[in-house]
Amino acid sequence: MLRYILNRFGQSLVLMLMVTMITFFLINLAPGGPSSVVRMEASQEERQAIIDRLGLDQPVIVRYGEWLVNAVQGDLGTSFNTSEPVIQRIMSRLPYTIELTVFTILVSVSIGIIFGVISAIKRGKAQDHVINFTSVIGLSIPSFWLGLMFILLFSVELRWLPSSGVGPRGADFELMTYLRHLIMPVVILSMTVLPNIVRFTRSSMLEVISQNYIRTVRAKGAKEAVVLYIHALRNALIPVITIIGVLIPRLLSGAVITEAIFGWTGIGSLIIEAANSRDYPLVMGITVIITFVVIVSNLLVDLIYSQIDPRVKNVA
Amino acid sequence: MEKIVSQQLDEQVVKPARPPKYTFWTGLRQNKVAFGAFIFLVLIHLIVFIGPLFWSYSASEMTTSGPLASWSWQHPFGTDDIGRDVFARMMYGGRITLLVGLCAMLFSLLIGTVIGACAGFFGKITEAILMRFTEAMMAIPNFFFVLVALTVLGTTPVMVVVVIALSGWMEVARVVYGETLRWKEYEFVEAAHSAGAKPLRVLVKYIIPQVLPSIIVSGTLMIAWAILTESAISYLGLGIQPPTPTWGNLLQNAQQYLWTAPVLGVLPGAAITIIVLAYNFLGDGLRDALDPKFIKK
Repeated sequence: MLRYILNRFGQSLVLMLMVTMITFFLINLAPGGPSSVVRMEASQEERQAIIDRLGLDQPVIVRYGEWLVNAVQGDLGTSFNTSEPVIQRIMSRLPYTIELTVFTILVSVSIGIIFGVISAIKRGKAQDHVINFTSVIGLSIPSFWLGLMFILLFSVELRWLPSSGVGPRGADFELMTYLRHLIMPVVILSMTVLPNIVRFTRSSMLEVISQNYIRTVRAKGAKEAVVLYIHALRNALIPVITIIGVLIPRLLSGAVITEAIFGWTGIGSLIIEAANSRDYPLVMGITVIITFVVIVSNLLVDLIYSQIDPRVKNVA
Repeated sequence: MEKIVSQQLDEQVVKPARPPKYTFWTGLRQNKVAFGAFIFLVLIHLIVFIGPLFWSYSASEMTTSGPLASWSWQHPFGTDDIGRDVFARMMYGGRITLLVGLCAMLFSLLIGTVIGACAGFFGKITEAILMRFTEAMMAIPNFFFVLVALTVLGTTPVMVVVVIALSGWMEVARVVYGETLRWKEYEFVEAAHSAGAKPLRVLVKYIIPQVLPSIIVSGTLMIAWAILTESAISYLGLGIQPPTPTWGNLLQNAQQYLWTAPVLGVLPGAAITIIVLAYNFLGDGLRDALDPKFIKK
């Protein structure tokens, strides 16, 4: 078991290293990267200042080495626009994004499992078709458009929900106001992963139902409800944990758009600001940190899965 | 006896190895939803690409009907905030959006196929490097990668295509990798090797054609994704810039007039949804058509 954990840990480390390489070289070798700043309209001194600040007179590989050494120590450079440390800007925004995604996972997993199970049990019947059809529609609607329509309906027309912001925090925190701010972003973000969870649960459930031991349970005369909810569901849900790992990058991608629509001050709206103002160190830092979050959560999901599923546990 | 054995061999090896050519089309015809989606897509593409040739207004021309005119025979969707014909703008915007989706899909299939096929076919160190690279790319949440790449590559339509393709090839690479691993063990591939064909020829001539159906399915679903991504970045103002219309930036522009002229905001969003929906139905249908479980029926 320890070997499995160490092995997975090593893989994650290699992955993380490759991610930093990909982003760093993409940013620094592309024609519009930091080196293009030098070509812009600027006086000789200004240009020199930028070159010194970014170390542009060094070869790119040396700069990567320096960046990596600093990054390991928690220093991701300073933001172009505000001159604050990048890590500080990210850390002030990251909690909001994590908040949003955690709520979304809770909501979409619980709803997704319910619909997935219904769809599997009623396979080929009307309920199954309706759920299937709705899933495809959910995958096809642009979330930013649906978000706009939601704002039009629930904020402008009906005045039920606030159209943007994260709500008052700190001393003014109020649970109801907080939840009201959370509803629309969570619903919109859920849309991006819900169809996958439904489909995955459905196929997992169908696979379990076709197993021999389920036939045995049926043969010994157990009631259908007992067969489905006691024997089948428990085993069908185990693989569903793995899809959470797969969906986390999707959720974070979706969070960028959701945060932009609802003025949610998380890391997604930060990267849009950073991209708009060409704040390279910040763009780089955000991408690295967000991928770090993905890799760590995937690692956790795998470890949890290996603990729950005895088959993986024993092989490992 | 020999004949029976060879027949059995035929059934076991040759049949799955060489799927009959008509499966795609017949499979598609059997699936009513997918077939409907296909016909619908052909129609929409005709309207969007050929329509402007017959339409009396262009996308940039200001008409005499004034701004925010409601619908009429002259302007079926009315006019926009500075009096341009919305129907014309939707058609031109659709051209760009669909073309970007199509090109991004093709480019991304190319990258994914080359990487996946090389990794699966050559194995060893090539496989290790290419597949680790693919995994690393998959770990970066795709929209973050898109934003990073757009920041440094710019927002011209060509770059938007490149960026979307660069951020979406991994799923294709994984599919092609898995399929290549499977097909390279077959006898006809071995036969080609022993007949003296060079490795690259074996890969391109014997393995890729077997993988092609899966690539087509991925491609169909990929277009849907590419269109959604393009419109999302245009909506955020980081994609193709006005005055070049796309469905995404038409929607962004319409946002300020949502209250006075909701149709301006509803139309591009509805167009994106319907097109993406049709591609998704088509992709799902094609996948079912390829699935051996469905073919047997």
